[in-house]
Amino acid sequence: MIADNDITPILQEQVAAGIAAQESLNIVGGGSKAFYGNPANGKLLSTASHTGVIAYEPSELCITARSGTRLQDIEALLAANGQMLAFEPPCFGPESTIGGAVAAGLSGPGRAWRGAARDHVLGVRLVTGYGKTAAFGGQVMKNVAGYDISRLLSGSMGTLGLILEVSLKVLPRPATELTLTLEMPDQEAYELTTTMRRSTFPLSATCYFDGCLYLRLSGEPSHVFASHRKIGGDPLNNPDQFWMALRNQTHEFFQQYDRPLWRLSFPPATSVVSRLEGNSLIEWGGSQRWIYTNIPTNLIRNIAQKGNGHATLYRGSLPGVNPFHPLPGNLLAAQQRLKRAMDPHGIFNPGRMYKDW
Amino acid sequence: MKTSPDQKKQLLQHLADILPPNAILTAREDLRPYECDGLTAYRHVPLAVVLPTTIEQVQLAVKICNRLKIPVVARGAGTGLSGGALPHEDGIILSLARFNQILAIDTDNLTARVQPGVRNLAISQAVDHLGLFYAPDPSSQIACSIGGNVAENSGGVHCLKYGLTVHNVLEIKLVTIDGELMTIGSDRLDTPGYDLMALLTGSEGMLGIVVEILVKLTVKPETVQVLMAAFDKVNDAGDAVAAIISRGIIPAGLEMMDNPAIRAAEDFIHAGYPLEAGAILLCELDGSEDEVSEQTAKVTAILKKHHASNVHVAKTATERARLWAGRKSAFPAVGRISPDYYCMDGTIPRKHLAEVLQKINEFSQQYALGVANVFHAGDGNLHPLILYDANRPGELEKAERFGADILALCVKVGGSITGEHGVGHEKLDSMCVQFGEAELEVFHAVKRAFDPDELLNPGKAVPTLHRCAELGAMHVHHGQLSHPELPRY
Repeated sequence: MIADNDITPILQEQVAAGIAAQESLNIVGGGSKAFYGNPANGKLLSTASHTGVIAYEPSELCITARSGTRLQDIEALLAANGQMLAFEPPCFGPESTIGGAVAAGLSGPGRAWRGAARDHVLGVRLVTGYGKTAAFGGQVMKNVAGYDISRLLSGSMGTLGLILEVSLKVLPRPATELTLTLEMPDQEAYELTTTMRRSTFPLSATCYFDGCLYLRLSGEPSHVFASHRKIGGDPLNNPDQFWMALRNQTHEFFQQYDRPLWRLSFPPATSVVSRLEGNSLIEWGGSQRWIYTNIPTNLIRNIAQKGNGHATLYRGSLPGVNPFHPLPGNLLAAQQRLKRAMDPHGIFNPGRMYKDW
Repeated sequence: MKTSPDQKKQLLQHLADILPPNAILTAREDLRPYECDGLTAYRHVPLAVVLPTTIEQVQLAVKICNRLKIPVVARGAGTGLSGGALPHEDGIILSLARFNQILAIDTDNLTARVQPGVRNLAISQAVDHLGLFYAPDPSSQIACSIGGNVAENSGGVHCLKYGLTVHNVLEIKLVTIDGELMTIGSDRLDTPGYDLMALLTGSEGMLGIVVEILVKLTVKPETVQVLMAAFDKVNDAGDAVAAIISRGIIPAGLEMMDNPAIRAAEDFIHAGYPLEAGAILLCELDGSEDEVSEQTAKVTAILKKHHASNVHVAKTATERARLWAGRKSAFPAVGRISPDYYCMDGTIPRKHLAEVLQKINEFSQQYALGVANVFHAGDGNLHPLILYDANRPGELEKAERFGADILALCVKVGGSITGEHGVGHEKLDSMCVQFGEAELEVFHAVKRAFDPDELLNPGKAVPTLHRCAELGAMHVHHGQLSHPELPRY
């Protein structure tokens, strides 16, 4: 049972107080993603008790919930109706909230096929940097009235406004899922995934780890089983457990804490990236690569850039290193102007994305 | 913001320094074709039209305008329906029509790099032999440009499954008002920093000029099937749509037409629509052979259960094309039965469909103007076509008030004033219905962050607080705008 608890007036009051006192606020949902990005500072503002599902009708393919509603509660509600958040937001603990999932903008194993968090955001209600409540987007699939503030909020790490409510597109769970495993060297796995990108196989996730390519097929049973016959490979036992472990990073790969964990993002058809030492795990058909390494930051970022990609210091902090890949000057300036426009008093999670603002 | 003759002279001199003579239009007869876009009810003649061919020329032209504080209205193919490319009388039209090249096709990453003036359909045609297509397909796809699609975040009949423009564009090159070139987004699945791709898509030329676009290509499905179902009652058709989606089926397209729209289309195209039906649904399913035949059986059963009087499965590709042709030509078909029509673009949560259509019929009687409804039923996007005759005094204004009432109704049931056509010049007043001061404040702040002097497409998309305040007051006092014949900004 999800508690129906609207604390909008309290949250709005806290923002107003922050504006009046020119005091920074550190917006926290469940706090399960505190490790990601720059450390927060400012007065704690918790949305955790701002909970409740405001609207959910499965046939409308949309759910609207208060930001503090727990992600796992929403997942359970959707699952009971045969639906899901197709971007598979990682849930790093029972305390993870839906507001935090949107603010962090992280997406799970299906991202390359089903879209990212931002692709499923339909609307938000905020306390703005001007201290007012405002609603952008809505509960409908198509909506081009005004600038698309709601999708912009996804991945903004709470720096542009205090999210009160989110409306997300939901999708039916596939009728059938099957995960195939194929042992092969990395170059072969690269070639196979590149070929498959142009096929009509019902691929919905890939993972390459420890010499094995995992392919998740989702869809109507006939299509899934016919695809299995064409692709070959062995069905994986407990596939849901495997993908959930990847999504929530409870998989053994993510259990190493002796070195920084980097997340490299490349165009999907990027073959082997110069030999980075350390072990790695590749998702999203080649787009998302996780690597543990001690090599210097400028080197790893150069390697990423040479491959037309970028590198995020995902976990573990290094002195003087911004976790997020640096932006070109004019783009950084545009982002800073946008931040100032939406948060004129500079109170929302300052420094969380970029150190100086 | 009045441009003096001296400013105009300076402008033309400077433009002549950077552009060849055939890229600057100033003669009245050359400017006429640019005086409006697809919304022909509003017309302004711009100071000049420039037709650059290189990004550098765009940068220089924008720099000149910025220095002289001359408004810049970007224009693609000019097919927009909301007056987004309506010229500013004291500004220039920056036409991207000559940026018409497909620059690269990447079959490994499934992307195409294109110039903004490339027609939407031309992209799909260029990659057809590779088994690929560009998914968003606005009805105007034969003519509309991809740059315009980005500006409007265009949809189409396949949005429910394949997404809008914002889901299918990966990267853009943008010329900012100070003439700088900026790359936004990337060919990866994410980009560091704020998601400016989301913000820029659908920003209606208010924040920058899009000069290059990287689009995502989609693999063509193995097979496509189209079903047509006829219903006596619109309600039943609406319920059938909800039931299909509740069963976990996401059709590639799911379109509804009401009786007046059916009659107009049938009369024009002879698609084989049942003339007596209260509504028809067109349902397109795509995927593998097996998948499509499984879903066709499921959908047929659902349609029958919801009282479809007739469910017809297209037997051949020609028949499929004919069924779609009726829907895709609904607008021109309505154009044949009425001297003029005014196309609305509201979205609603689907569950309110019956109630909204009922209300629209009441408005229709109240204003004594006919209406035909076509509906992207899958995603709740309603296109009422209001029939009127511009030659009859006062009828356009009446049609506009009818339209505004429909949009207000859409907002009231939890929808939006525009699903895919944009606000442009047309829906500024309706924006005041959907948004309050708190939202407008943020929109204006965002605008200023990109365009502090408000030179890019000024006066469009976002109304001033003042305008909304006045409109609110007028609504209270009169229930309608006074002096509707006067141009409003």
